[in-house]
Amino acid sequence: MAIKNKQLSTVLQKLGPLIGLCIIVLILILSSPNFLTINNILNVFRQVSINALIAFGMTFVILTGGIDLSVGATLALSGALTAGMMSSGLDPITAVIIGLLAGAVMGAVNGLLVTKTNIAPFIATLATMTIYRGLALVYTDGRPITGFNSEFFTMIGGGYFFGVPVPVMITIILFAVLYFILRKTTFGRNVYAIGGNEEASRLSGIKTGRFKIYVYTLTGLLSSLAGIILASRLNSAQANAGTGYELDAIAAVVLGGTSLSGGRGWIVGTLVGALIIGVLNNGLNLMGVSSFYQQVVKGLVILLAVLLDRKKASS
Amino acid sequence: MEYLIEMTGIHKSFSSVQVLKNAAFRLKAGEIHALMGENGAGKSTLMKILTGVYKADAGTIKVKGKETAFANPTEAENSGVAIIHQELNIIPKLTVAENMFLGRQLVYGRTGILRDKEMKNKTREYMQRLGVELDPDAVAESLSIGQQQMIEIAKALSKNAEVLIMDEPTAALTDREIESLFQIMNQLRSEGVGIVYISHRMEEIFRMCDEISVLRDGSFLGTEQTASTTVQHIVRLMVGREIGDRYPERRTVIGSERLRVSGLSDGKKLNDISFSVKAGEIVGVAGLMGAGRTEIMRLLFGADKKKKGQVWLDGKVVNISDPASAIQAGIVFVTEDRKHQGLILDMSVRENLSLTNYPFIAGKGIISSGKEQELSEQMIKRFNIRTRDAEQTVKSLSGGNQQKIAIGKWLGKLPKVFIMDEPTRGVDVGAKKEIYSMMNELSEQGVAIIMVSSDLPEVLGVSDRVIVVHEGRIASVLDKTQMNQEAIMHAATGGSSNGH
Repeated sequence: MAIKNKQLSTVLQKLGPLIGLCIIVLILILSSPNFLTINNILNVFRQVSINALIAFGMTFVILTGGIDLSVGATLALSGALTAGMMSSGLDPITAVIIGLLAGAVMGAVNGLLVTKTNIAPFIATLATMTIYRGLALVYTDGRPITGFNSEFFTMIGGGYFFGVPVPVMITIILFAVLYFILRKTTFGRNVYAIGGNEEASRLSGIKTGRFKIYVYTLTGLLSSLAGIILASRLNSAQANAGTGYELDAIAAVVLGGTSLSGGRGWIVGTLVGALIIGVLNNGLNLMGVSSFYQQVVKGLVILLAVLLDRKKASS
Repeated sequence: MEYLIEMTGIHKSFSSVQVLKNAAFRLKAGEIHALMGENGAGKSTLMKILTGVYKADAGTIKVKGKETAFANPTEAENSGVAIIHQELNIIPKLTVAENMFLGRQLVYGRTGILRDKEMKNKTREYMQRLGVELDPDAVAESLSIGQQQMIEIAKALSKNAEVLIMDEPTAALTDREIESLFQIMNQLRSEGVGIVYISHRMEEIFRMCDEISVLRDGSFLGTEQTASTTVQHIVRLMVGREIGDRYPERRTVIGSERLRVSGLSDGKKLNDISFSVKAGEIVGVAGLMGAGRTEIMRLLFGADKKKKGQVWLDGKVVNISDPASAIQAGIVFVTEDRKHQGLILDMSVRENLSLTNYPFIAGKGIISSGKEQELSEQMIKRFNIRTRDAEQTVKSLSGGNQQKIAIGKWLGKLPKVFIMDEPTRGVDVGAKKEIYSMMNELSEQGVAIIMVSSDLPEVLGVSDRVIVVHEGRIASVLDKTQMNQEAIMHAATGGSSNGH
């Protein structure tokens, strides 16, 4: 009986964020006739995909017990690099690949700093956040890069694939891949182990440093992908893109029930968390709530979610 | 007869699992009373009920003849009932004196301004009374576990306790520290303090305690006078069956040299460590706390960086740069601190067992759920791990069962060299014997076993040969004919360089 109760409560705990999302959606359907239209729903998904991609990477980093504050700056710098190279005549596919690689390198630098110099992830990525953002400003000279005449590039952010926006498609595919990695591979298992107890993991023969570098690299890569999607959708790349995105990503991870101290959580929760934030933004817009109040509401929702989560965990 | 503590008919359940059934316990003033039982027998729960951590579901508690139920440990302390927990309650970043006075700092009036000097002096006083030299300004994390425990003991003494509960107080102490603790205990006894002594070490209990009460499966089985009972009788009461000799018989064939270590140094504490271990041999490593035994093992395993030295396995030089390469070569290591270094407490039994066994459950990095399930079930059976199922979190298991996982996780494949640092610390008699049997079985299959232990009877009972470490060097190597308590202590305290 006790066992059954326990299983039930862990299931409830995992479903908590989803139930929250359903409640918000229900309220919006009832209060705003424009919410439940195909156009609007696709729009929400498209907006969510950028935060979701970054938050997926953030989930890995947080699961290892780290944090990455540089994701927004990585997004801006790789978006700007990709756009810049295209406007100077480089083939768009090559430009995108270089943009993605640049993101991976920025992530790897974070990983190296965290593992080799033993600087706390918060500090290390706070520093690189400033550096990457600065480099983006230097590269763009503070001006937006616009006007891409590439069908391929426009498709990344604005195209459709069997009626589904391409960014949403990318997000769904990556979600499936990353879910599989976390659940079914030794890599995923090591991520949880390192967050659960890094020293015990190292003494069990896991090359903890190497895996942490992989995880930050993955996050850099996903952030640059988000940056490229954003530049494509806006048809413009600027150095100040993605400011504050790191906080939205962390919020999505936390809303999804992943522990900030590492070792516990799942990526499904992160997806739900990103959807909660996206739906909330969209709904408040539709209801004509001022963007100032929107921030207040978002903050309150995060507080409420974490408090509920803690209550469940302790009961 | 007036009792200091009289607990009768105590019942306690946690979420429908009954932990205590009609448990009882009586303590007189001026006695040392052992509370014994296997892990999970309910000793700690009973003491937590006494000190107000938990509430009993039924039963009465009388303190000095008056029926009482403490609401919390502070209330118990104020009434003279203090407990020294097995798990240290020391704050690592604070100094000895700050830890001593945590939560009850001496201040000027009601200002909140600390009377630093006075607290330091008081700390020094209590440490002197314990016979230990500890600088009140030393930061707790820079001290050995034994020294940290001394802070706890001094802290309890400073509260003028009439009832002192000690849960495994000697598990991490050196022999010298144990001796001074015993002296203090004798002194307190003559002052009329009642001491509840929880320990798995029979020698200590029979030496120190006046009476022994035994719990099994949450029930009170009786109180025996130490003078008129035997170890065998107590063990039988505890486990409910004969477990025979404490150390299983060794019938090993010692083979050729498996491991050779030469000139190992870390550039700090360890100097020129050289020794060898043969296949099928169990080598005990003895020495005082802080002598460098654990450090040698960590160096050998690649957990810390070595400065100099070479390691041969089966006659071939192996290059060990990190734990992963040591494991690759066939050297595995059970750490002394299973909670922080051996296990991932929030993970399940299954996941903990999998971590070191990827080759058996994962191909190309993808884990097969079926194989993983099979492996964990097999290991749970093989090592007799008492768990609800493979999905239970390791955190919620008893110490003995956690230790079986910390050991068993290395045995998916037969290692060449098995290093075990304090393999039976905080483990009950039954589980201890299971661990010894496991070691025997492994040595019969040709594994070279190195066992670091502070429990001298254990070192003598299990080892084929003993290496004694003193101040970062190997002070002596004793073979079976030379091994005895005196020779080991002599070498461990820097007596002579060759055990004769």
